[in-house]
Amino acid sequence: MSNKPISGPHVAATRRVDQIMRLVILALAPATACGVFLFGWPALYLLAVTVLSAMAFEGLCLKMKGVAAMPYLRDGSAIVTGLLVAMTLPPWAPWWIGVVGSALAIVLGKHVYGGLGQNLFNPAMLARVALLISFPIEMTTWANVSPLFTGPGVIDSLAITFSGLENPDAVTGATTLGWVKTEFSQNRLLPGSLIEYSGFLAFLGWERGSLGETSSLLLLAGGIWLMRQGVIKWHIPVSLLFSILLLSTIFHTWDSQHYLGPWVHLNSGAVMLVAFFIATDYVTSPNTPLGQVVFGAGCGLLIFVIRSWGGYPEGTGFAILLMNAVTPLIDHYIRPRIYGRYRNGKPLDISNS
Amino acid sequence: MFALFENPRLRGGIHAEEHKSETSPLSIVTDFPMPKKLYIPVQQHVGKPAEPVVKVGEKVLKGQLLAYSQGTISAPVHAPTSGIIADVKDFPAPHPSALPIRTVVIESDGKEQWAQLIVPEDPFQLEPEEICQRVGAAGVVGLGGAVFPSAVKLSLGRKNKIHTLLINAGECEPYLTCDDRLMQERAEQIVAGIRLMLRGMDAPKAMVGIEDNKPEAFAAMQTAARDFPNIVVAQVPTRYPMGWDRQMLRYLTGQEIPADGRATDIGVVVHNVATAFAVYQAICLGQPLISRVVTVSGAAVAKPRNVEVPIGTLMSEVLAFCGLEKSKMARLVMGGPMMGDALPIAEVPVVKACNGILALSHADIDEPAIQPCIRCSSCVTACPVGLLPLEMASRIKANQLDSAVDLGLKDCISCGSCSYVCPSNIPLVHYFKFASGELVKRQQAEHKAEQTKRLVEDRNNRMERARLEAEAEALRAQEARAARLAAAQQAQAAPAEETV
Ligand code: SF4
Ligand code: SF4
Repeated sequence: MSNKPISGPHVAATRRVDQIMRLVILALAPATACGVFLFGWPALYLLAVTVLSAMAFEGLCLKMKGVAAMPYLRDGSAIVTGLLVAMTLPPWAPWWIGVVGSALAIVLGKHVYGGLGQNLFNPAMLARVALLISFPIEMTTWANVSPLFTGPGVIDSLAITFSGLENPDAVTGATTLGWVKTEFSQNRLLPGSLIEYSGFLAFLGWERGSLGETSSLLLLAGGIWLMRQGVIKWHIPVSLLFSILLLSTIFHTWDSQHYLGPWVHLNSGAVMLVAFFIATDYVTSPNTPLGQVVFGAGCGLLIFVIRSWGGYPEGTGFAILLMNAVTPLIDHYIRPRIYGRYRNGKPLDISNS
Repeated sequence: MFALFENPRLRGGIHAEEHKSETSPLSIVTDFPMPKKLYIPVQQHVGKPAEPVVKVGEKVLKGQLLAYSQGTISAPVHAPTSGIIADVKDFPAPHPSALPIRTVVIESDGKEQWAQLIVPEDPFQLEPEEICQRVGAAGVVGLGGAVFPSAVKLSLGRKNKIHTLLINAGECEPYLTCDDRLMQERAEQIVAGIRLMLRGMDAPKAMVGIEDNKPEAFAAMQTAARDFPNIVVAQVPTRYPMGWDRQMLRYLTGQEIPADGRATDIGVVVHNVATAFAVYQAICLGQPLISRVVTVSGAAVAKPRNVEVPIGTLMSEVLAFCGLEKSKMARLVMGGPMMGDALPIAEVPVVKACNGILALSHADIDEPAIQPCIRCSSCVTACPVGLLPLEMASRIKANQLDSAVDLGLKDCISCGSCSYVCPSNIPLVHYFKFASGELVKRQQAEHKAEQTKRLVEDRNNRMERARLEAEAEALRAQEARAARLAAAQQAQAAPAEETV
């Protein structure tokens, strides 16, 4: 028996940080597997590159700080970051995009701020946006869907990922949102056929896009499972998705020639990934349920605004970063009401209660 | 489905692993062998310590007064058995510091000879003042752990307009089942106690709140209370800390107690269910509070159960009785695992406040390393008070106590829900207790500084007064001298005049 003074509680819940991270990885697994299935070997290589380099950078940063790396590496947060970075990259991006992405996420997105729990911005989104601005070509070159490794083989894929070899018969086209943006920029109206284009197959994932963002179905399933596990709460995903749903319905009803409908909005780009796995990032989202609703709604609003009127086809990255920047403000102004007090902190009146 | 919206009457809280099934099906053990020696601290309540009235070597009877209460908030203590006063000395108290406090030691004579007990003919016809007085004389204190003298609370209720007596039978702490068993086995007596309390403070109705993980206790209490429509037995959800009376109150009545107020301010008085039983014993049987039911549990105890133990029994003896496996014990806790105190030694007496003795094993306490806060906000969701534990902790760490106070540090009830759920295993409550301690210290220091300042000022004032007085004195003396001089001159001048 120890003699040091100990305060309660003398028991504790059993879920720890590493377990939470493991659950997040599990929830992401189906969508990740789907990405690999749809885009073949290069996607798998890219995934390996980002995850491994994320862990390497994490270890390096910890070493430079002079802390033992192993306990922190084991908490799995670096793996989750690496995984999320990979999921937001074009699946056939060259290896160095993956490495730079991981470096941006881990070093700039996390350790510059002081490490786990200290960062202001979501590391994966920071990396994605920085890459998009720095390497626009590589970041908007989309591979066609080539399911179950019907695309380039093991060796050819090595060339695609590691020596930047172009593979002309597969690397083509734009994402739905990108295509729509181009159409709009040339003052063409939305053709009616778009609805079929991004139909049920796209919901399953059958669409050009980033490695892990295309299967809305699997991301939704993973996200709901994560909610049921109690790892994330409903406030952010629901308010985010709902605000996009609401805005796109209003505008699409008003002018269907210029505004995409809710189905396309919710189903394309990284909306599902962001709603369940990125906006819900503990560190960069508000602490209170009400704050989280505000945050989620803000993200949804910004995504819609950037997509509809901004210069980029996809707005999720910018939207998240902007809302991340607002999080401290939300946390400052939205606090829970303390028992026995009004919201402003004054004690309740005896007559009122 | 997961709950989409919180019940507005039920905020925060956690579902802790219960560990109640080890002891809840077993009857209370009532034949605990009387120990050779009992150690009865004179302070087992909040307020002033009682003053011993017995001398070493004196013979006492069971139930006899050992120390009388002092001041308005205090409670007497009585002899749990008959025997000889072996000593009145300082003895380690059941407290994390194990600091010694004044303790009466009785050597039992094994005869269990009762002192004469006064039992009223019809307890329910007693005057309210009489009820309060008898409850006070029997040394009854709040047995839920708060140990506030019950008589004081009853008379406080009598002075205010009370609409509800809330009987707290939440027993939300994991492991503890002593209230549960008490209700299952002694529901009639408890109801009698509640009726006496109602009479004692002129309140029209009582509400008993029982967590819904105790269906047998609920059924027993309902049956016992069926003839008394003014006693409502209600089920409340099982969610720690439901035993926090303000949480239960909000759930049952929707009322909230203002932050700087008391339950009586909104017409409610809260008593623990075991206290109701003690009131019954005190009035209907005339017996003072000299024993209590204690849950003995934890993985290091071979035979966990509820035992009725004489106050003053050493915990080590109770543990031995229940088959303590010493090698397994990693921590000894008095009370529940959430809010109870870790005790450094087991050679401390069972006191009125002790509702649980837990010998926890390493597996029970499981203490992984502390990791950085990942801002998961679990602690925010878990806090029943509506605080921001992570923010408060980070400010305390940065030594910004005032800003932690602004966030509501003083409203924290140290329930431990936040620490319990923290995936990074951050000892949040520890921070809050530390900070509260620092604040008290600072206040004391300020107080002391103020006092010193006042003393210095007083002294300066005194000296100033003395100086002024001295000056005035000097002035007076001078004037007197001048007057004398003038008189003398006049005297001299007068003859000169005459000569003119
Ligand atoms: S529960 Fe722990 S890790 Fe989560 S926000 Fe609170 S202090 Fe931080
Ligand atoms: S210990 Fe204090 S801060 Fe933590 S949950 Fe309980 S009341 Fe809230």
